[in-house]
Amino acid sequence: MTSTLIYLCGGVTLWVVGLHALLVQRHALRRIMAVNVMGSGVFMVMVALASRDAAVDPVLQALVVTGLVVAASATAFALRLATADPLDKNEPERK
Amino acid sequence: MPAELLFDLTLILLLLGLAGAALHTRTLYTSIVLFIVFGLMLALTWARLGAVDLALAEAAIGAGLIGVMLLAALARSAAEPNTQPARVPLSISLLLAVLVLALLIRAIQPLADSNSVLPALVDTHLDESGVSHPVTAVLLNFRAWDTLLELVVLLLALIGVRQLGRSGMALPPAWPLLRAWSQMLAPLTIIVGGYLLWRGSHAPGGAFQAGAVLAAGAVMLRLAGLLPAIRWSRWPVRALMLGGVATFALVAVGTHWMGAGWLNYPPGWSKQLILLIEITATLSIATSLTVLVIGENEHPTP
Repeated sequence: MTSTLIYLCGGVTLWVVGLHALLVQRHALRRIMAVNVMGSGVFMVMVALASRDAAVDPVLQALVVTGLVVAASATAFALRLATADPLDKNEPERK
Repeated sequence: MPAELLFDLTLILLLLGLAGAALHTRTLYTSIVLFIVFGLMLALTWARLGAVDLALAEAAIGAGLIGVMLLAALARSAAEPNTQPARVPLSISLLLAVLVLALLIRAIQPLADSNSVLPALVDTHLDESGVSHPVTAVLLNFRAWDTLLELVVLLLALIGVRQLGRSGMALPPAWPLLRAWSQMLAPLTIIVGGYLLWRGSHAPGGAFQAGAVLAAGAVMLRLAGLLPAIRWSRWPVRALMLGGVATFALVAVGTHWMGAGWLNYPPGWSKQLILLIEITATLSIATSLTVLVIGENEHPTP
């Protein structure tokens, strides 16, 4: 059992843990965290694949750097949507 | 068992335990704190796997900024109704999860022994890219499209958040210790951010890491009440946020117009163009992340 295999299995397990929580939990914040854990699992699989050879694969690592910023943007939007106040709609004040 | 494998196994078990605890603990506050710790451990894992760029980005974005956003959202959201799922569905869902896990692991196992041709390709073309760090070369030269579209996604998220109106939360008045500390830390974040940006051409670092560190510094100063509100209505703020995408798009159109093709830099110009894009992208990522995390709220006047 090599360390690449350990991290591959770890990434897949993280993904499944996130998916399970996404289906079982009800609160919006917990579900957003669950999606983030799933994303981390995918990133872990990609990074483990990037480092399986002696020469580290820069393409996969660059993709994960990109994915990290996209995940943070999506999380910010999701959190704002989840906590949007429905009474806020008729608030006209906008500078 | 060799010591390295022992370390890997411990790290993975710690991550799995933290993830499970963060998602299933009773109180939401505890689970958010555990999630932040999970992000930090993840950064350690990336460092262990040799992805230093990623470890830097994860520590700043994954653990820092997402943690702040989650805590702010917790303050805005309604209390969690205390309902535990019934025993039978829970056991069925666990059984299904184990089945899915077994299938996925079977599918992914062969990947560990296969090889990729990409590292060798990147290595042979590294000299033409204008930078000497392979990850930066991929991000800003070989696959510059990804980075351009990523900046667009960040901008879209920002516009989406703005469409939902102001978040009702007012920032609390800052306590003296936070003020004193952030006065000491703010110059450091600027130095570290600038250093990461400059270093990106030949070693781990670059626009995203620098932008995230600068954003963390700005968020801290905003929380301490030392920085005026960053508002979309002010034109310098707007110019900073749009600058990254605008410069990148102009470079794309320019290279196409010069005949080299979309985002194919003309020979000899790569280094300057990449530097220009990186500087504007850093500033635009820093401003956008700051506004995403902290919003445009005013401080209460004491």
